[in-house]
Amino acid sequence: MDTITTSRPLATYLIRHGDDNLVLAQRLAEYISWAPELEEDLAIANIALDHLGVAHHLLAYAASVEGDGRDADALAFLRSEREFTNLLLVERPNDDFAVIMVRQFLFDAYQVPLWEALAGSADTTLAGIAAKAVKEARYHLRHSRNWVVTLGDGTEESHRRTQHAFDELWRFTGEMFVGDALDTDMAAAGIGVDPASLEAPWRRTVLEAIADATLSEPEDTTVRVGGRSGFHTEALGHMLGEMQWLQRAYPGLEW
Amino acid sequence: MVTTAREPDTVRAILEQVVDPEIPVLTIGDMGILRDVTVADDGMVRVVVTPTYSGCPAMDLIRDEIVDALAAAGIDRVTVDMVFSPPWTTEWMSDRAKEKLRAFGIAPPGSTAGADPVLCPRCASASTRTVSEFGSTACKALMVCEHCGEPFDRFKEI
Repeated sequence: MDTITTSRPLATYLIRHGDDNLVLAQRLAEYISWAPELEEDLAIANIALDHLGVAHHLLAYAASVEGDGRDADALAFLRSEREFTNLLLVERPNDDFAVIMVRQFLFDAYQVPLWEALAGSADTTLAGIAAKAVKEARYHLRHSRNWVVTLGDGTEESHRRTQHAFDELWRFTGEMFVGDALDTDMAAAGIGVDPASLEAPWRRTVLEAIADATLSEPEDTTVRVGGRSGFHTEALGHMLGEMQWLQRAYPGLEW
Repeated sequence: MVTTAREPDTVRAILEQVVDPEIPVLTIGDMGILRDVTVADDGMVRVVVTPTYSGCPAMDLIRDEIVDALAAAGIDRVTVDMVFSPPWTTEWMSDRAKEKLRAFGIAPPGSTAGADPVLCPRCASASTRTVSEFGSTACKALMVCEHCGEPFDRFKEI
């Protein structure tokens, strides 16, 4: 099975991480005005904006590396589902508040060590974006972890739903640590990081929170992969339909 | 309008008029967003800025306002470049800027190293608590004063 890539490995690498942040930003934005309290609505809007900002910087840099006339907006709004290379985890739908917070927590626990590693990238632009993103990711992690513990160690119903969220999302977490040839090349060049090296710190963060939340570690299941090669769950296409329709219907529209 | 070569200090003085659209009491110099100003031999002005938060929606507006402020002073050959490294930190905010923030009703950021008590910008009480880590903009948290009862924004240390 062929991986859809641009001609330049660095651009492809940047787009992967840009896509993770773009797709999660859109998922969170979908939820704005639905949060259980006003403060949480603001928090989710802020977190979405941080992810969108990171996505914008990564995709704009990827576009300049490509140098063939596409810009960040073209990458965000004019690529098809098969061209998106985000992790499956971030495209999972907003089933309920527990799923949203557990999804966020599982991803934040990955982003913190990822950005810490990439802040030392040999590519100075990527290192700069990462050094900024890690400060934000730590805020996000503190917030999502608080919710995981509050909900897990909360009422019988919130406990049940949070455990369910972990059980449902667990099979999408392994993908974060599966590297491919591009990851190996980028790590060897000192630009990227070997995703497998992020698993230990991620597990530590996650298992500590699960224990504090009085939850149980989900049983290991078959790991779902495919996002990095453009093979997605059904959820992404619907999300992109909503996200992209304006630029698809009215190309180049500005407001 | 005629473009004339200017000294970087002159350009900086003009940029003192450019304020943060979210916090209009602070200039981009106060904020530490303005990183560098250079004037090339041919008169081309290069302004270097850095974003506060990755998703700060004010950055595009700030860029436009830099260009407009310089154009109003007759300088129309300008590039505004954004750099990410080193990442912006509230440590770059001047004491003068922090005092202006406080007077505006926003608790200024403390040291990024320690846990300074957050004082109420209205009554200076240290008896304050966080309502939400995320406030009206990416850079602020929502607080309330237990002493005077007023809610207020706190500029987060980063």
